[in-house]
Amino acid sequence: MPVPILAACDVHKSYGRGATRFDALRGVSLEIAQGESVAIIGKSGSGKSTLMHLLALLDKPTEGAVELSGHDAAGLSSAVLNRTRNSTFGFVFQQFFLNPGSSVLDNVTLPLRIAGVPRAERNRRGMAALAQLELESKAKNRATDLSGGQKQRVVIARALVNDPSVIFADEPTGNLDTATGAVVEDILLELNRTRGITLIVVTHDEDLANRCDRRVYIRDGLIVDDLTSSAIAAANAEVAA
Amino acid sequence: MRAVDVVGDAIDNTLRSKARTALTVVAIVIGSFTLTLTSGVGTGINAYINKTVASIGARDVMTVTKTVPAAQDSEAPIAYDPNAPTSSGDSMGGEEAKPITAAELKDLARVPGVLSVEPTLTVRADYVQQAAGTKYQAEVGGFVAGMSLDLAAGQQLGWNASQNQVTIPVTYVQPLGYASNAAAIGTTVTIGITAANGNATTVTATVVGVSVAGFSGGGSLTPNAALSRALYDAQSVGLKEAARTSYPSAAIRFDPAATAAEVTALKARLAAIGYDGATVSDQLGIYRTAIDAVVLILNGFAAIALLAAGFGIVNTLLMSVQERTREIGLMKAMGMPGGSVFGVFSTEAVFIGLLGSAIGAGLAIVAGSLTSGLLAGSLLTDLPGLQIIAFDPVAIGIIVGTVMAIAFLAGTIPAVRAARQDPIDALRYE
Repeated sequence: MPVPILAACDVHKSYGRGATRFDALRGVSLEIAQGESVAIIGKSGSGKSTLMHLLALLDKPTEGAVELSGHDAAGLSSAVLNRTRNSTFGFVFQQFFLNPGSSVLDNVTLPLRIAGVPRAERNRRGMAALAQLELESKAKNRATDLSGGQKQRVVIARALVNDPSVIFADEPTGNLDTATGAVVEDILLELNRTRGITLIVVTHDEDLANRCDRRVYIRDGLIVDDLTSSAIAAANAEVAA
Repeated sequence: MRAVDVVGDAIDNTLRSKARTALTVVAIVIGSFTLTLTSGVGTGINAYINKTVASIGARDVMTVTKTVPAAQDSEAPIAYDPNAPTSSGDSMGGEEAKPITAAELKDLARVPGVLSVEPTLTVRADYVQQAAGTKYQAEVGGFVAGMSLDLAAGQQLGWNASQNQVTIPVTYVQPLGYASNAAAIGTTVTIGITAANGNATTVTATVVGVSVAGFSGGGSLTPNAALSRALYDAQSVGLKEAARTSYPSAAIRFDPAATAAEVTALKARLAAIGYDGATVSDQLGIYRTAIDAVVLILNGFAAIALLAAGFGIVNTLLMSVQERTREIGLMKAMGMPGGSVFGVFSTEAVFIGLLGSAIGAGLAIVAGSLTSGLLAGSLLTDLPGLQIIAFDPVAIGIIVGTVMAIAFLAGTIPAVRAARQDPIDALRYE
């Protein structure tokens, strides 16, 4: 078996201390292979967002280790962590987090600006990412002038602009109506299928989760179920039979 | 992140909330406006003094007086010495320097580095008169060989000419009955003087120039050596020999090429035998010191204004950090190092400082030039060439630089806060 791109090994995460101590994760182990699409499903407060933050190297576990391509992330310098988040990861958030005052193109090229790419190169790659999402015509618009679905496509373009190998999506359809949400789901899964980008989706939406290769159910800080589509298919077949 | 993008971001952010930035900038403008004006006053007056020192010439002349002994400063009476002559006429009031006698002039001439010694002849004239016209009270100014006067007409005094020569101030031209400045040149005036024995006498002299008032004098009649001697002799009739040949001060000449260190060494040698020496530049330096002190105090007030403006910057940027919490969190999540976040916010502070100081300095230059022009035409007409407020590019550069440095320091508090922000908390922040 190849080395997983991301792995959590018996990860614990607690906030606060003493009487106010709260254990968000209580020993989670998970391996994610390159090119997988994984849905992390759970109610709010289940620890699913915390798990995503740890996998995305935004936070450090209290106990246990997060491994990036087999290397313990705790041993990596902050410069390496920053570079990894900047160029290996892409982020899609429920609340979009677009800068309202800036143009769509400037929002999309933000990761490249952080990486120190010169302006001409940034704009070229930004336009290419917008073209993939059929938003070239909106490049000069202000981000606030777009509809919800357009905004989420801009966010996906921003996540794609650095050519990442993993995209983290936190409730990507949470703020969208069913039809627009379905379009966004299609785009994300299409990227996973055609470009081999590992997709890690945090959601409580079963429909979205069902479209992923793998579903990881979390409750009270523990993984309660980890199903792949083939296993589900087999289970369904059993029920049918 | 590239430096150009950091600066671009900082400028964009500054202009994002225009009203807030404008108010912060106004506070800095007030401080830097004041600072630029006050330092402009210092620059203007000192430039005038320097120009005057240069135009006076007489760089190789030092005025020498006897050092007032410390004992004379006390209240204790001094024992009478029948051989000690008193100073001739002209008491300056208050403390009086001991006069220099003819024998002491010879001692001075022997001091290494002294090329020549001339006594300063103090003359008190009664009046000046042109032909049979009205008599006007007149002061006879001291003049040091080698000086040059600011002239409105005519030429400089022939110091060593045998003829009695005089320059008259421009304010005397009309009263003495001349049609113009040029008409006075070459005419003869009569100077009335009362001798020590009480007899009134007169001395005649040729007008060679019309002088303009300035630090170098020129507001009074200025005689050449021959006329000074003639007036002094006329005034001294009836004085004892010892009184006649003792002088309140003397002018010594030294090598014009002497360095500052050599001049200092000469002063030390004079001090060793009991004399104080002061060059023209030293004498005007007293004014400079006074002006510098006043300017320093005024600058202190401006600095207080800038300090207050610094807190305005802290406040503005703290609000900006608060407003952009999510944006900062997003950028940090996307791998922006804390150092770059710090860079963006501190650059923003420096940019606000630059805006405020540049606008303040610009306004001060406009206001100062206008004021200075107005004053030169009204209040300061008696001191032509004095531009009361002048601007030195180096001084303005230092002011702008200092304000930017203050702004940077003020910006560090919010910038550190922004740089330390935790991306997860920031993204959750509503």
